[in-house]
Amino acid sequence: MGDNPEANPTDPNRRAFLRSLGSSAAAVAVAGCSTVTPSNADRQSGSRIEDTVSITLRINGKDRPLRVDPRTTLLDCIREVVALTGTKKGCDHGQCGACTVHVNGRRVNSCLSLALMHDGEEITTIEGLGAPEALHPMQAAFVACDAYQCGYCTSGQIMSAVALLKEPCDGSDAAVKELMSGNICRCGAYANIVCAIQKVRKSGSI
Amino acid sequence: MKTFEFIRAADLKGAIEGAARAKTAQQGADVRFVAGGTTLIDLMKLNVETPAHVIDINRLPLDKVETTPDGGLRIGATVRNSDLAHHPIVKQDYAVLSEALLSGASTQLRNMATTAGNLLQRTRCMYFRETAMPCNKRKPGSGCPAIAGSNRMLAILGASEHCIATNPSDMCVAMAALEATIHVQGPKGSRAIPIAGFHLLPGDTPQRETVLEPGDLITHVTLPAPISGSRQVYLKLRDRASYEFALASAAVVIKIAGGNVINARIALGGVGTKPWRSPAAEAVLLSQPATPANFRKAAEAALRDAKAQSENGFKIELAKRCLAHALQMAAKG
Ligand SMILES: Cc1cc2nc3c(=O)[nH]c(=O)nc-3n(C[C@H](O)[C@H](O)[C@H](O)COP(=O)(O)OP(=O)(O)OC[C@H]3O[C@@H](n4cnc5c(N)ncnc54)[C@H](O)[C@@H]3O)c2cc1C
Ligand code: SF4
Ligand code: FES
Ligand code: FES
Repeated sequence: MGDNPEANPTDPNRRAFLRSLGSSAAAVAVAGCSTVTPSNADRQSGSRIEDTVSITLRINGKDRPLRVDPRTTLLDCIREVVALTGTKKGCDHGQCGACTVHVNGRRVNSCLSLALMHDGEEITTIEGLGAPEALHPMQAAFVACDAYQCGYCTSGQIMSAVALLKEPCDGSDAAVKELMSGNICRCGAYANIVCAIQKVRKSGSI
Repeated sequence: MKTFEFIRAADLKGAIEGAARAKTAQQGADVRFVAGGTTLIDLMKLNVETPAHVIDINRLPLDKVETTPDGGLRIGATVRNSDLAHHPIVKQDYAVLSEALLSGASTQLRNMATTAGNLLQRTRCMYFRETAMPCNKRKPGSGCPAIAGSNRMLAILGASEHCIATNPSDMCVAMAALEATIHVQGPKGSRAIPIAGFHLLPGDTPQRETVLEPGDLITHVTLPAPISGSRQVYLKLRDRASYEFALASAAVVIKIAGGNVINARIALGGVGTKPWRSPAAEAVLLSQPATPANFRKAAEAALRDAKAQSENGFKIELAKRCLAHALQMAAKG
């Protein structure tokens, strides 16, 4: 635990392999249908959008012009198209919180939203909070409090925790638990997750 | 997920005209509006909803909460559930609505879910959500496996031999007790529908859940002026403390003067095939002393017509206790 996965020499290869699989699969899908390339005018309000569509998402402060199938969820777009794999897919049905990201500063389940609905919007993922050498205070608190075991739910937990500190909340443990209930942890790290959040709240660092 | 044409509505007129092409606005609709997406996209992934056209209404100007000249409240169709729950006027004057909204789903989902989307959320009946199974609501005439199957979460009020699915909304239960009105614009103009007449009982057409027709766009919901001095409570009972649908819930708006109930509006959730207003319970309470014994009598009246399925008989007593307890909480203030 705690190892940076990118430091594992086999891992980037695996990622690159999966990534190329992903893009060739997308290419097949595009070739299999009569692709319409919407003009700039088409993309303005009131337009009809068919087949793969151009959108721009501002992800972690950087504009990302993308082409997506209309069915692509925001989650799949972030993971498969932009290849930011810190955001996780648990249930894919709004029932676990693993896919939590911020849209225009508010936390949402990216699995129940279409990427196209967010053209021009500001998306923040776990990669946008901090970096391995400069952790966000909430990331540091999760490490310090041992607020995870397998780590699968952790990026979603941290995205929720960061948003929570700006939401209406009386600051009690009970209120924190209630507001974190949209993030399920199969390993049951709940007690330490509450500790990490309260630690950051009390430190006033965000 | 089946592929679809994605259309971003530029204005109300465009949205309505686009949706008016649909053959139905009910189960099987080939055109759907998308707001928060938390019901629609979930069901599209399961192929329970298969619209060929999806009209995004998120950028229409329907996101305001405003007071009305008669002292009531006007709530836009795309106001997010979290924003509505935390709105100062809602917290102050319509606390039952704020509590109901905050008891539903999770913060992430409430940040996405909208007023109109919540009014139109679909049942969580597991057979409805699984296309390998028969289901009269999803495929009329195919049968209702829930009646002899897994029905612990399903309805004890308003069911028919064709469908026993529960309406899962918390918000709608509070809105029923607050006597909300739903405002719709359609191809033939606008109309106002009292919430009591908005959702339909399943009868022999469980695929029809509301009075909406193709092209009908919910623009806003209005609440009448609050009853001054009323006390409001939303109590929700469920299998876990949070992030779970109701087994039984009660929305209570009562006014007590000189120890007597002088106004009462009561609705139940988690137990009915639609948000369940109970005039019978209200009649028992009216002009009577606000005592635990009378609260229990009101609860008995509310559940008098309840009918248990094979697995959900416990809900009858649970709902009675839920309502009696909610009334007691309200009476204590
Ligand atoms: C895991 C999970 C747990 C949940 N728990 C609860 C709970 O405890 N309590 C509870 O009450 N709810 C709960 N929900 C349901 C949630 O509240 C609803 O999914 C949400 O309110 C739907 O709103 P939306 O804006 O996302 O709707 P959408 O999915 O965008 O739309 C739903 C339907 O409404 C139609 N529609 C939307 N806007 C309009 C309009 N303006 N005019 C006409 N038609 C329109 C759409 O075409 C669609 O058919 C839960 C959901 C999930 C996924
Ligand atoms: S209860 Fe209704 S929704 Fe559930 S299987 Fe029966 S018909 Fe379908
Ligand atoms: S993957 Fe989105 S909530 Fe589970
Ligand atoms: S740490 Fe394993 S699921 Fe939460």
